[in-house]
Parts: sequence; structure tokens; C-alpha cells
Amino acid sequence: MNVPTTPPRHRNGPARSGGDASVPGGGAASAARFVRGILARVTTPLQPDDYLHMLNPLWSARELRGKIIEVVPETRDAATLVIKPGWGWTFSYQAGQYIGIGVHIDGKWHWRSYSISSSPTDGSSRRRGRLTITVKAMPEGFLSAHLVGGLEPGTVVRLALPQGEFVLPDPPPPKVLFWTGGSGITPVMSMLRTLDRRGTMPDVVHIHSTPTMETALFREERLAMAARHVGLQVVENFDDRHGVLDVDRVAQVCPDWNYREAWVCGPAPMLTAAEQRWEQVKLTKRLHLERFSAMLTRSAEGGRITFDASGKTAEVDGATTLLEAGEAAGIQMPFGCRMGICHTCVVPLKKGMVKDLRNGVEYHENAGVQTCITAPAGDCVLEV
Amino acid sequence: MAISSVATYAHLRDDDVEALRREFDAIRLDIEKSRGADDAAYIGRIISIQRRLMVAARLTLIASGFPPAWLAGTAVLAAGKILENMEIGHNVMHGQWDWMNDPEIHSGTWEWDTTCPADQWKHSHNFVHHTFTNVLGKDNDVGYGILRVTSDQRWHPINLGQPVYNALLALLFEWGVALHDLDIVAVRKREKDPNELKRQLKGIWRKVRRQVGKDYIIFPVLSGPNFLTTLSANVTANLVRNLWAYMIIFCGHFPDGAEKFNEEELEDESKSEWYLRQLLGSANFQGSRFLHVMSGSLGYQIEHHLFPDLPSNRYPEIAERVRALCEKYDLPYTTGPLYRQYGQVLRTIFRLSFPTKSNSPGPDSPRPGRATPEELGCHAGPLAPQAAVA
Repeated sequence: MNVPTTPPRHRNGPARSGGDASVPGGGAASAARFVRGILARVTTPLQPDDYLHMLNPLWSARELRGKIIEVVPETRDAATLVIKPGWGWTFSYQAGQYIGIGVHIDGKWHWRSYSISSSPTDGSSRRRGRLTITVKAMPEGFLSAHLVGGLEPGTVVRLALPQGEFVLPDPPPPKVLFWTGGSGITPVMSMLRTLDRRGTMPDVVHIHSTPTMETALFREERLAMAARHVGLQVVENFDDRHGVLDVDRVAQVCPDWNYREAWVCGPAPMLTAAEQRWEQVKLTKRLHLERFSAMLTRSAEGGRITFDASGKTAEVDGATTLLEAGEAAGIQMPFGCRMGICHTCVVPLKKGMVKDLRNGVEYHENAGVQTCITAPAGDCVLEV
Repeated sequence: MAISSVATYAHLRDDDVEALRREFDAIRLDIEKSRGADDAAYIGRIISIQRRLMVAARLTLIASGFPPAWLAGTAVLAAGKILENMEIGHNVMHGQWDWMNDPEIHSGTWEWDTTCPADQWKHSHNFVHHTFTNVLGKDNDVGYGILRVTSDQRWHPINLGQPVYNALLALLFEWGVALHDLDIVAVRKREKDPNELKRQLKGIWRKVRRQVGKDYIIFPVLSGPNFLTTLSANVTANLVRNLWAYMIIFCGHFPDGAEKFNEEELEDESKSEWYLRQLLGSANFQGSRFLHVMSGSLGYQIEHHLFPDLPSNRYPEIAERVRALCEKYDLPYTTGPLYRQYGQVLRTIFRLSFPTKSNSPGPDSPRPGRATPEELGCHAGPLAPQAAVA
């Protein structure tokens, strides 16, 4: 599913600093860093990666890259993207986390975040060195539609390292409830696959609801898994046959829900209902939520700006520029011409949306924005 | 004499000035809306060509002891550096390609192949020069603090040496650029914050170490027995790049017809007057597509100053529209072949090394030979060219 938070800003430290591309790992990594540092002296002001990725697009750790190996259709409007990540990637992610994926469309990189649906433990040779995300084409979601229907195998995409708090601890708690709706199943699928591969499946109830049986993702795999593990109980709800599944029905289907550690992922009303129910019994500590971003990125006039470095915030209207707001809040904002021509004031937008006051163009998370001519369109976070 | 009011100088009425702003804004909007895959492919191709040139040059120069290899390697290296500094570096750092949302080709992250650190360049050039273009006392690019390029600058006996300073600046251009943001004039007047000065010097030192290390130590060493010939090749390539960049850049604002302005112009300057100042203060030169690419599209200096952050590959089509507007509103559009533009620059530098008496019109007069709107009586549209020549 599509999750709200932003992937980490690309490791785009100025090229002159040379071998600063972080390669995760131990001694081999520091050796790699050393070699990279030496090579960067030769390629300065560029990095070795800037030349190497001309030979093979995956040979760069400056911006994480990945190659689409396969697009596997799952349902009529959903597909799983099998991605081979390039240099600098780490497979030490946790089941339930999400990644950022950047796709080049019409000259421009567009970024979205998606839960990883594969398991970090996938070790079989066919799956080694691959990860998958499962994307559902949203109505009006031009990027999700492009990912499901418009990506050819071989396409090179950009990646941002996995992150997210919606994760399963290892070892898992003894009693677990997974409640998912629609494409909200993807992070939970990674968890189920991990429990399955590790052979650590505890007492799990997984309730999954979809509009119809045909739109249910990973159905065969889940049923097969349930047949393999006595501890796993799979409950399916198809709205057209069983009616919409609300939080009361969850309590009926899983009477000991309040004794279970719960992971809930799905549309916003479902999450809100879950939040309220768990609050009533003062068990929010046992409730883990992951939200869709579509609900959060709707354009608005003005909003709350959070300045990430200091944590300061400012509440402003749709006519106040980010620069004015930042200066009023006492932030050391970079500035220049104050008329939108010199690009001295560009700051990375970590989250949310801002609008160019000159022409109404909207900028989304992960873009560098000119603060002197943009205003918040809803709540946003600036990396300054 | 420098201009204190662009609108008066351009003999435009207030509503014409405003109409002109709308026309310029419309050009910007059209280009912004139509930026896409072709433009991204253009900069991608230029960057790819440039990197191939660099690899080819460095490999060839391993054999620099063999004279034809020296010559070919040096030529390709110089071409690669020119392309990198001008069509790529200068334009990427202007934010012309920020719209692609690619952190590898972005004004916030680009570092270029010269001794001037990117952040200092963006301050002195993108901000100071492009905002206060040609305003005496505000734009340090008017003579770079060492040359007298307009009779509005007071003559001093030290100006007698101008032809020499000019030649030195041309040869050492990269180093002049590196020191430019320090603002030598402010340092001399002791107006510069010493902490800021220290921070800048540190940044320059870091960059210089890497640049010098690469060109004058690492690559010569990698050539083994050809150390000295590779060193001389690299020195030559940097020198060629210096001379070329110097010449192109001097043709931007120093040829005849590129006007200078007083600080009074900046008071309450509207966006439309800002546009006019950019138009009147810049000079283009003509040439082939190849020449324009090799000069970072600065042959479209006027268009670049009107829209510094629009992609350089679109300047030719923008130029057609700007020229049409200049004709419609009877505004000057300074251009000419490169040799003539540079010839005028040299003439000015030599002539102004001696004291001169200003014979240009007063600060608030319209252009000579042009009637003011008042003289022409009331008219609705822009001036017809024949009517303007009173």
C-alpha cells in the first residue's frame, strides 16, 4: 500500500565531499568507502558513481537505483513489481517497512512510498537480491496507474532506503491480530511471509477485507499458508457478499482481539475506527497503524510548516511564503533575490505539498522548493 | 551616463511597461508548462557527451609524450571543461534543471570543475549579479572590482594599466572567479565580516586542493613517464577554458548598448522595470548552434537574464519571442557577431583606461533620438517604430 511518510532525502551531499556515499555494512563497507574516497579524488568534482552508472545503471550508490525485473499482475488493477536494487542497497530491512520509489515520467522524477511486500528473509536463489512492492492503481492516481500498467521490465527506477515503524518484532508476540483492508495488506504480507520462512508463526488471526473476491491480493498464497500453519487463521471478508466489515464485526470474528498485539493497515475510516476502539479499552500501546497517504496529501490553502532541523513550527495562510514564515519563526533560512529567479533559497520538502504563488504549480515531497515564491498547500515539513 | 529610471529611458508609458511584464510572464509560463522529456533528454545527452569527452581526454593524455596525443588530449580536455563549466555547470546551478526533481542534476547539489566553490558562485552570480544586474555599486560584475568598463566609474591613474589587468584576468579567469564572492572591494574597505571571510577562504582552499590535486598531481602521476607532458596538457586545457569563458562572459554586459544603472533605479523597482533593466543591460551574440552550446547559451544573454532559470535549450525559441516584443515596443535588442561584440569590449577597456568625459544623455533622459510619449501626444498602443524616430 501507499504509505504517508517520506523516504529519506537522497544522500545528495555535495559532490565535492567525495566519498561520502554511505554504504551500509561492516569492514567491507569501510574499505569500500576508502576506495571510493581515493577514486573521488580522481573524478572530482564528480563521484566515481557518476561515471560508473553510465556503464551499468545500477552501479551507483550516490542515488539508489533499481531495475524493474518483472511486473506480475495480481488482480485487475494491482501488480507486483520485482525490483533488483543496485549498489548501496541494504536487505536488512524489517518486515512491514516501506521504501520510496522514484519513476521518471516525461522528464521528471516522481516519488511515492510503498510498503515492501517481499520478506527480508527471502533466501531462495530466484528471490535473492530482489525485493517486491505491490501497487494498486488508484483512480486519479496517475503514478500508481503508471506503476501498474506502464512500467516495462528493464526500466531503471530510483529508490530510497526502507523505513517505517510499522514493523513486527523478532521474535513475534505470542498472540497477533492482523486487520487489513484492500492494498493495506502489503506490509502485513511481508510480515506473514517472514513468519512463514522463519518458521516462527505464532497464534495469528488475519482478517482481510476487500470489495470482492476478485480484488483480494495474494489469496492463494495466504490460504496455502494457513493450511501449512495451525497457528494461522485467515478470515476473509468480501464486501459484496458479507457486507462491509466494521470494528464490531472484527470483535465478533476475533473475540480475544483485546488480548492480541494488533497491526492494522487500510483506508482511513477503518484506521480511525480501530484507533477509537482500542482507545476505549486503553490498549493503544498494542495497536500499530499504517496510513494511506492519499488522505493526507490533498491540496489546501496554507497550513502548518514544520522546520525539521529545529522542530519549530509555523501556522500560516496560503499567501505567506515559506521563506517569510521561516524568518518570522526565527529560522536561519537561506535567501537570495526574493523574487524566484536565483534559486539560492531552495530547501528540500520532506513531507506535504507546497504551491508556487506565481503559477499555482504544486510541489510534492522529495522536491527541492524555492521558499521565496512558494506557500504551504496543507501541512508540510521542510528540511531546514 | 548610467540610467536612473528604465521606464523613462525606454520611453514607455506605465501601461506599456505593465503590458510588457505580462508578455514576459507569459513566455515564462509557456516554457514552464512545456518542459518535458525532450528537455530532460537534452541535458542528459550533454552531460553524457561531456563525461565521455573527459574519459577520452584523460586516457589519451596517458600517452601525452607523443605529440599528436598531447594535442588531441588537450583539445578534448579543454572542450570537456568548457562544456562542463558553461552549458552544464553554470546552467544547472541556476536551477534551470531543478524541475526534473533529479538530485544528481540539481542546483542544490551541483559542484563544477573549477576552483570556485558552487555555493559562493551561486551567491555572487545567481543572487548578486542576476538580481542587481548592471547597477553600479551593487553588481560586482561591473568591471569585477578591477576594470573600469563604463565612464560612470570614476577614473583613477591606476586604470592606465587596464589592458594588462584585462589580459591577466583572461589568463587567470578561473582564479578570479574563485575569489570573486569574497568581494575584494568590501575587503579593501574593511567592510567584510572577518568570520565570513574566513569561512569563504576555507571553502575556496578545500576546492582548490581537490582541483589542483586532480589536474596538476594525480593525472600527471598516472601518466608515469609522461608526467611533465600531461601536466602541461592540463595547464593548457585550463588556460584555454579560462580564455574562452572570459571572452564569452565579457560579451554579456560590456559591449556597446548594454546599459548601466544607478542605485536610484532600484528604489521601488517593479517586476516590469526589473525585466526592462535585464533587457537593456545585456548583450547577445550571434552564431551557430554549436557555438551557442559551447558558450553555455550565453549568446542568449538577454533571454538568460530575463529568465535565468529556464532551460538553456529553450533560449533560441524564447529569443524569437523576445525579439518580436522588442520590435513591438521599439526597444533596443543588442546583438552582433561574436568578434564584433568582443571587439567593442576590448575597445571600451582600452579607451576607459584613460580619463573620459561622459557624453551620454543625462540620468533621466530617454534614449537619444527617441521621442518621449509626451512629445508624441497620447497614443493607445505601443509606439510604431517609424513614429518613435522623431
